[in-house]
Amino acid sequence: MKFFRSGSGGTETAAAEPALQPTRRSSGLAELTRRWETEETLCVLDLGSTSPGNIRHFTGLGHRIYSEDLLTASTEPNLLTKDEQGSVILDSRQFLADNLVYPAAHFDVVLCWNLPDYLDESLVRPVVGRLWSVLKPGGMLLAFFHTKDAGPDSPCYRFHIVGSDALEMQRIVMRGDSRRGPASTVRPPAGDGFQLQRVFNNRHIENLFRDFASIKFFLARDNVREVLVVR
Amino acid sequence: MSAPLSGELAQIGKSVVVKGELSGSEDLYVDGQVEGTISLKGNSLTVGPHGQVKASVEAKGVVVQGKLDGNIQASDRVELRKTATVNGDITTQRISIEEGAFLKGKVDIQGRAEAKGATTK
Repeated sequence: MKFFRSGSGGTETAAAEPALQPTRRSSGLAELTRRWETEETLCVLDLGSTSPGNIRHFTGLGHRIYSEDLLTASTEPNLLTKDEQGSVILDSRQFLADNLVYPAAHFDVVLCWNLPDYLDESLVRPVVGRLWSVLKPGGMLLAFFHTKDAGPDSPCYRFHIVGSDALEMQRIVMRGDSRRGPASTVRPPAGDGFQLQRVFNNRHIENLFRDFASIKFFLARDNVREVLVVR
Repeated sequence: MSAPLSGELAQIGKSVVVKGELSGSEDLYVDGQVEGTISLKGNSLTVGPHGQVKASVEAKGVVVQGKLDGNIQASDRVELRKTATVNGDITTQRISIEEGAFLKGKVDIQGRAEAKGATTK
């Protein structure tokens, strides 16, 4: 099943690349764009794989960008532990000791992309809790969630901002690079990429972000719900 | 990849391990291990593909091909090549990041005066 549609728009960067990547329109991004084009010196946290394009985008606008690849960080073997039933899980305390270590109320914008759908179950709530604390009151978080129609084998993408409402999508391929954490997760990545862990419905999503002040859904045509939450 | 050729270039080779404070007034190429601080205010640091640096760095320019854990303050330019792994905050005037480079940290682009001020603190 083809998950994301190819589209037009925001192809400046794509045109410069040797291989064209698919792009998609993002209503959530469009809403955020209005914010970062009108406000000065925002603190932005990008939780996807390091994206030179996103770093260039935000630094070009005079904002500060922080880059942290939580999905790759979740593959660190030292996170493996067992719960009371003896099942193998990831140690969320250790994970939060090693990652997302920022002062409280530090960020204006957090770009989660599709992280919650691919992150191990044991880390999802702790990570969202930490994101709440590092966001400023009024700060915004953008996340993408698959609908069940997307199918279980939906590939994991990284997202590069290529326009005010356009994202270029690049399929994530795990590197066999020990510096970045070997691929020994509780649920190992499927093939050379990460595996969709679950599908949240609207109620699950509302529950996940229940501590936030507001939540807005954008249902896209490519089996994705975009969610923009405000602390 | 070979080290850049230059008249004023100090090199730390693959088998060399240095712990402590490094400072100087010539460009430095590190392909070994350095732990501590590196201060090259008017010069450049290159971390080679085998380089593993755990240090806060102040320099005019910084090029990373290997691994660098620590904050970078560059008065001119930072380049992260495709094999770079950087864990730390970067403050610079200009930055170039190749596809494939890994960064965990902040990127703060400062104007000429601000960036110079940052490296002379």
